[in-house]
Amino acid sequence: MSYTNEDGAMLTADGQPLKRSLATALRRQKIRALLLISPLLIFVLITFLFPIGSMLFRSVENHIVAEILPDTVVALATWDGKSGELPDESIYAAFAGDIQRAAITKSHTRVGLRLNYEKSGSASLFKKTARQAKKWDLETDAPFKEKLIAAHKGWGEVEIWQTLKTHSSRYTAGYFLNAVDMRKTQDGPEFQPENRQILIKLFQRTLIMSLLITLACITLGYPVAWLLANLPRRQSNLLMILVLLPFWTSLLVRTSAWKVMLQQQGVINDILVALGMVEETGRLIMINNQFGTIVAMTHILLPFMILPMYSVMQTIQPTYLQAAKSLGATNWTAFWRVYFPQSVPGIGAGSILVFILSIGYYITPEIVGGNKGVFISNRIAYHIFQSMNWGLAAALGTILLAIVLILYWAYDKVVGIDNVKLGG
Amino acid sequence: MKSKTSENDAFVTFDRVQKSYDGLSLVVKDLNLSMPRGEFLTMLGPSGSGKTTCLMMLAGFETATHGDIMLDGTSINNIPPHKRGIGMVFQNYALFPHMTVAENLAFPLEVRKIGKSEREAKVKRALEMVQMGDFGGRRPAQLSGGQQQRVALARALVFEAELVLMDEPLGALDKQLREHMQFEIKRIAENLGITVVYVTHDQTEALTMSDRVAVFNDGRIQQLAPPAELYESPQNSFVAQFIGENNTLDGLVKEISNGMALVQLDDGKMINCNPVNVTKAGERTRVSIRPERVEFSKDRMEPGAHTLTAEVLEFIYMGDMFRTRLRVAGNDNFIVKTRNAPNQVQLEPGAHVEIGWLPSDCRALDA
Amino acid sequence: MKFTKTVLVTVALSLSTGLASAGAHEEMTIVSWGGAYSKSQLKAYHEPYTAMTGVTIINDESAGTAVAKLRAMKEAGNLTWDVVDVEAGPAMQLCDEGLAMEIDHDTMLAAAPDGTPASEDFGSFIVSPCFIPQIVYSYTVGYRNDMVGSTPPTSICAIFDTETYPGKRSLKKGALSNMEWALLCDGVAKADIYPMLETAEGQDQALAKLDTIKDDVIWWSAGADTPQLLADGEVVMGSTFNGRLFALIEEQKQPVSMLWDGQIYDLDGWIIPTGLSPERQARALDYVKFATDTQRLADQSKWISYGPTRASSAPLVDKHAELGIAMAPHMPTDPANSNNTFLMNYAFWADYKDDVESKFQAWLAK
Repeated sequence: MSYTNEDGAMLTADGQPLKRSLATALRRQKIRALLLISPLLIFVLITFLFPIGSMLFRSVENHIVAEILPDTVVALATWDGKSGELPDESIYAAFAGDIQRAAITKSHTRVGLRLNYEKSGSASLFKKTARQAKKWDLETDAPFKEKLIAAHKGWGEVEIWQTLKTHSSRYTAGYFLNAVDMRKTQDGPEFQPENRQILIKLFQRTLIMSLLITLACITLGYPVAWLLANLPRRQSNLLMILVLLPFWTSLLVRTSAWKVMLQQQGVINDILVALGMVEETGRLIMINNQFGTIVAMTHILLPFMILPMYSVMQTIQPTYLQAAKSLGATNWTAFWRVYFPQSVPGIGAGSILVFILSIGYYITPEIVGGNKGVFISNRIAYHIFQSMNWGLAAALGTILLAIVLILYWAYDKVVGIDNVKLGG
Repeated sequence: MKSKTSENDAFVTFDRVQKSYDGLSLVVKDLNLSMPRGEFLTMLGPSGSGKTTCLMMLAGFETATHGDIMLDGTSINNIPPHKRGIGMVFQNYALFPHMTVAENLAFPLEVRKIGKSEREAKVKRALEMVQMGDFGGRRPAQLSGGQQQRVALARALVFEAELVLMDEPLGALDKQLREHMQFEIKRIAENLGITVVYVTHDQTEALTMSDRVAVFNDGRIQQLAPPAELYESPQNSFVAQFIGENNTLDGLVKEISNGMALVQLDDGKMINCNPVNVTKAGERTRVSIRPERVEFSKDRMEPGAHTLTAEVLEFIYMGDMFRTRLRVAGNDNFIVKTRNAPNQVQLEPGAHVEIGWLPSDCRALDA
Repeated sequence: MKFTKTVLVTVALSLSTGLASAGAHEEMTIVSWGGAYSKSQLKAYHEPYTAMTGVTIINDESAGTAVAKLRAMKEAGNLTWDVVDVEAGPAMQLCDEGLAMEIDHDTMLAAAPDGTPASEDFGSFIVSPCFIPQIVYSYTVGYRNDMVGSTPPTSICAIFDTETYPGKRSLKKGALSNMEWALLCDGVAKADIYPMLETAEGQDQALAKLDTIKDDVIWWSAGADTPQLLADGEVVMGSTFNGRLFALIEEQKQPVSMLWDGQIYDLDGWIIPTGLSPERQARALDYVKFATDTQRLADQSKWISYGPTRASSAPLVDKHAELGIAMAPHMPTDPANSNNTFLMNYAFWADYKDDVESKFQAWLAK
């Protein structure tokens, strides 16, 4: 070969190293490709990665106590919370200063709210105390120990000081502990009192019900997908429209429609009573419970199961079934041994979609789930919209995200993600 | 394999079979066919001619709208496909992609509840028969087209079906492989003594492989005959056109006498023909002459044969053959094939020559 | 070419309409409760105000979560609300947290027609410097006449009596009202209820009482839920605001009756969020001044059975604007309706809302 240099590397016709020349040629293509996807990339970064990052950060961030009560936090560092004795006057004085400044800037409610997540009663404690503290003269009104205890007897209990000290760090694992029904104490993590243990149960319920919804979607969706893939074009188009119809209807309308269907004086109960299958007094309770959630969510998520199944089944040629039958298989054997295994990738894709969508669902359970049919996401929504406990909401969201990723990983290991087909 | 004692009895019979999908038109019109055990019969025809529908009716995937299909003397109209015991090879092979080659072959044995050891022995034998003995553990996707074809064949044979249907099984292979497989299939079928119904639209395939060929068009069998007969003596214009290369000249029958028809071509010239499909004077006819039966030199023609003047339009050198395109009686596409023999003339375009043929090779068919 | 042109024209049009809506006419977002109540505000306040000033009013129905949303808006630094309709307790809470602006009632609100300054006209209803009183209403229980047999309930404690009144009941998905009724029906004296609710033991006692009917309750979060559930016959009884029940009974003629026992009085009024731009704040104040004058408050009572908070409006309360029936007997303040009432302690709820609510919600989720 004449086009090589002394190292044996390939050269181009005009003597450039071939590798460099190739890299230059490819770089231009890469830059063009990057420019083409850049709007999407930026969009994803801004609307997806940034919020998720911010959520992860919020689940460990805990600056409120240190920011609003800075002197107290410094002073409390010297106090041994395990001694069981109240802090001394210097700490009370530091706190009096902090709470007065907080009261003036009206930020005392934030720290009260923050500590209320950990110790019920803290919100009112801070509100009542701040109202008194505004009137104090920090120079002359000492000692503050008695004054604070007089303002609210809570300050005479060692527990509030322990809570303050425990939650004064700027970053905390406390929200994650809370998310699994535990709490951070000065003695390390321990379980919440029994009456506050709800989240693990909710996680379990979410997973079990999502599984049921996924199974219901498979059962109901499989025959429909099969028809879609095997009916003549005209009929299958009509059926496809019926499948897609729910997509064009507002989620709230669909969910509310289920309310009308399922309630005790609703359509289904009326029909059952009219047919004499159910006593007038024994009308079935099908809503505001888990049954209602499963029915409504199965309906809403069904298209997400049918479409991937359909796109996989479409690629299974009818000759496979014919071949199986010509080889002596009955209709059932032909289906079960030949058709079904080939449709499994569609079931897998649909199941992943439906399951992931359903463990994060909250509107439908909120409307038709009553008390027993709500999901962990409803709790997340509650903490975001009502209790303002965004740290806990973020921790719950992070755990949910982790569960999804673990399931995805497990699916990849067991079935192989390459087997997931969303289309031909 | 069963003995061929009943060779002459009909093994497969179509008796006045009709098929309609829409109730308005017939896809298969009055099909009558009977084939003996051990025959290799090919259904040949253009797409839409009804040949595949016939095959599907025989396999049981389509039901006949009218008439009877009999297998070994019994009507199988109401027997579901899986009970017919007919082997089938599909155009796209239809190998189950989620099973290995061996599992594919074991499938028909499993559903017949054949024990494991016997199953394995049969699978092994079948694979060896198609020279695929080492491929049992592979998935179909890991095989080439030709290999898949062999596996599909083995699968159709492994449960010892007496009748095997093949639906354009070689359609997806390249030319060389196809030719090789034609030979293979023929050999295996002969060795096993099985009866084969083979569907194709490739006439060469039909001619080389079959005992008999049924030429389909428009829902009817146009001619059912052994390959040589089909080529040499096509019964109508369609068959003449469809099988092999063919020159046609249109004209009017002037007279039929002594087994010879006198035909006046459209340019006024008269020729003698073999009246195959014409019965009386005054009929329009299409005269068919095979390109290799046309002669330039008078001494090779029958005495008294008519000759026509032809103008050479094109001369194509094809190695073993010469192909000359002529204008004859207004037909610009009159082809003559001549063997590349040492004394063979090579005609220049523009030249005028006299051409002729044996009247028996010149067949007057339906117009 | 044609396509490009079409796109350009469309973009230009949408830009111009966008600019026009931002510039030409003013808009303000008022947050309220929806349903019959929002309709009364629309008729009595919004429509005349828009006619007078040309300001378009957007009605946002998320008053139920106003505290949390205002907190969230402050956190996010994006305030989209101009005037918010809240109960007295949350108003005090928002005031404490600096989320509601303090009002000088005498200078910022209209005086009575006879010249009485606003602070005197509203009197004790001004429970917080940020609160601009509007109406007096009550949490009241309504029941289906056809589902209570021959002994219609006379006591609020019928809620807890599932033996006499079997079937579902709808209660507010929140602590307020339920905690009070639970203790009241557990035999606690009215005067002791709020002091008890300040303690963990008292809260637990109330929740224990609620535990006895937990499986029989459908929890509502929107004011329209209970009337709908009553109309559908899904519940035998349910709590809601008395004005909603009035609309259900008198306007929609449903077979439902109102229980004037143990009803919890509350106030409702406006607050203006802090942090509005000067123009938006001026507009909000202008609206509030108009909407809380003597005539306007009296006008609202023509549409819904809530009592006006101005003394000077009371004599103007007349007949329902469409039904023509006298409104006074339907007011929660009417003496005939006030035999056994329960006055809400706004200050308690301002201080303890977060404590009690989180406990209640945890109990609910169990």
